[in-house]
Amino acid sequence: MLEIKNLHATVDDKPIIKGLDLTLKPGEVHAIMGPNGAGKSTLSYILSGRDGYEVTEGEVLFEGKDLLELEPEERAGEGIFLAFQYPVEIPGVPNSTFLKEAVNAVRKYKGEPEIDALAFMKGLRETCAKLGIDKEFLKRSVNTGFSGGEKKRNEMLQLSVLAPKLAILDETDSGLDIDALRTVADGVNAMRSPDRAMLIITHYQRLLDYIVPDHVHVLAGGRIVASGGPELAHKLEAEGYGEFAAKDAA
Amino acid sequence: MAATAETVEKVQSLSERYKYGFVTDIETDMAPKGLSEDIVRFISAKKNEPEWLLEWRLKAYRHWLEMPEPQWAKVDFPEIDYQDAYYYAAPKMKDQPKSLDEVDPKLLETYEKLGIPLREQEILAGVAVDAVFDSVSVATTFKHKLEEVGVIFCSISEALQEHPELVRKYLGTVVPYADNKHACLNSAVFTDGSFVYIPPGVRCPMELSTYFRINEQNTGQFERTLIIADEGSYVSYLEGCTAPMRDENQLHAAVVELIALKDAEIKYSTVQNWYPGDEDGKGGIYNFVTKRGDCRGDYSKISWTQVETGSAITWKYPSCLLRGDHSVGEFYSIAITNNRQQADTGTKMVHLGRNTKSRIISKGISAGRSQQTYRGLVRMGSKAEGARNYTQCDSLLIGESCGAHTVPYIESKNRSAQVEHEATTSRISEDQLFYCRQRGIPEEDAVALVVNGFCREVLQQLPMEFAVEAQKLVGISLEGSVG
Repeated sequence: MLEIKNLHATVDDKPIIKGLDLTLKPGEVHAIMGPNGAGKSTLSYILSGRDGYEVTEGEVLFEGKDLLELEPEERAGEGIFLAFQYPVEIPGVPNSTFLKEAVNAVRKYKGEPEIDALAFMKGLRETCAKLGIDKEFLKRSVNTGFSGGEKKRNEMLQLSVLAPKLAILDETDSGLDIDALRTVADGVNAMRSPDRAMLIITHYQRLLDYIVPDHVHVLAGGRIVASGGPELAHKLEAEGYGEFAAKDAA
Repeated sequence: MAATAETVEKVQSLSERYKYGFVTDIETDMAPKGLSEDIVRFISAKKNEPEWLLEWRLKAYRHWLEMPEPQWAKVDFPEIDYQDAYYYAAPKMKDQPKSLDEVDPKLLETYEKLGIPLREQEILAGVAVDAVFDSVSVATTFKHKLEEVGVIFCSISEALQEHPELVRKYLGTVVPYADNKHACLNSAVFTDGSFVYIPPGVRCPMELSTYFRINEQNTGQFERTLIIADEGSYVSYLEGCTAPMRDENQLHAAVVELIALKDAEIKYSTVQNWYPGDEDGKGGIYNFVTKRGDCRGDYSKISWTQVETGSAITWKYPSCLLRGDHSVGEFYSIAITNNRQQADTGTKMVHLGRNTKSRIISKGISAGRSQQTYRGLVRMGSKAEGARNYTQCDSLLIGESCGAHTVPYIESKNRSAQVEHEATTSRISEDQLFYCRQRGIPEEDAVALVVNGFCREVLQQLPMEFAVEAQKLVGISLEGSVG
């Protein structure tokens, strides 16, 4: 589904990603772990198409298409979803309006007609019920005045409604207490499916206690320096990133 | 390209897409160019007006000659040559139309292009429309239904023929002819406009609406609107405005007077989309409008809501005189400027009665190289015991080359009066745009979404059917981002 080949990228002319290879197949959940400054967030922004990140070498294919040629909204249309580390506030725009706009924009991209407003609201309320989210949540302005946990929960709601092919979770666990972490993990686990791939970017192993990945990779110095199963995450938790940081320096 | 730079660029291409920039080819009846006492007499004679009104017009004209141009606004434009314009232009018609069937089909086509098919509205929407085409009111729909409850809704020319005593009693009592240079000119040469009278205790059964359009080249449009809500009555009125694309500037100097007697309420909403000029600031409407409401009776209420997206220059301060005790004045405003548009707009709340209240919510959005100023006066008179005001001014900037300014004037002569003022300035952030785009929403739609969110408090004040229109207009005004 997603193939990253020999990716090199710079931010402000400074090389951050230095020859990264990664392949995700449908149904797989991959975790990328790494120390601060390893290029984890850069990777998520490159995949989602944010300005300010320049790819200098390599390619990224999504279902065979050159992803790097597409605008951010086109990538969303193709089925890529990024759960933000810091979800953005949009005052005055109700959550339900935002979700409807997003769903219709994606449908338009795929050449499908707009969704019926009533049917959409009905489906939305059902999704909320499933995620244990109060209906009042839908009337509030997007992330405005939300607590950290509410913001992350909102990302999970968007993930459920947009049902992408590839979900990228960028440090979704940061700043969450254990209850919120569990809610987020439940949301993600409910979305696991044979057609959907997930890329979970995290600094800490604790999220992976709740979302058990198929593959774990260590990103250090802009490259994948080790790959393995869930046991690799436990090893990192016990021993830290020291070993890999040293490797990078060598 | 950075998202903001891109937005700015796209926004700048907007004016080429002014959707209402077509001209209707229709024969018009015009007065000679220029302004003189003879022109004033010509207009008055054309309209078969009573002697007192001609005298009033002439008094205004003579005063106007002496009056200086208002200078306080932060707008910049070359001196207006008042002799280089026509002051009367009317579509040629054999007689006044009795019904829509007698109206020139070309005129009706124009209104259809504007999105207000009169016929359909008559049948479907339940909105009574008084359409002003250049200077003469063309057709008034729904008149009969309104007559049943005693509401008078007609052109001001017609009111002068049919209800001269009402017009004489109220005309110029809120905005005197000598109020300011633009209002003074209007008093001398106004050609038409709407007249509304709601009898005591009547709640007007439908939204009343006027659609103004400037068609003829070089014509100023000087309409005059007079709305009287008698004791205990209620009316909601909407005006919408467009004009074709022209290279030269056109002057629009309107006057709107509202009078609310005891326990009466008037809600006046404007969606203004005059041609704003091109991206270099060429052409466009000079919108110099005097709007004022007089809460004459106790417990009366006047509420102004405006969505201002057009005009090269906007000079406009819809105001409330809160004379009656416990009367309420409100001002809700969205102003969007783009390219080289200039807007100096705001309100005046003059508290004279006891326990009077006013509320001002202003949302300004500046893009391109536009300059926008909120200018607001809150005055608490010496007898305004317990009066209260709340003002909130928010500015949103798009791009690096625009300006937003907030100029509040507060005067209080009463110790018990309370005045609150809050102001914020913000930008559409790259983060917001990227967040929307990552969810699939293209950039230009994302801008419209963020701006609509910013304006939500004011949009909610508009009557339902117009809120939708205004929301779309917000998108169109900042379009150009649509690729």
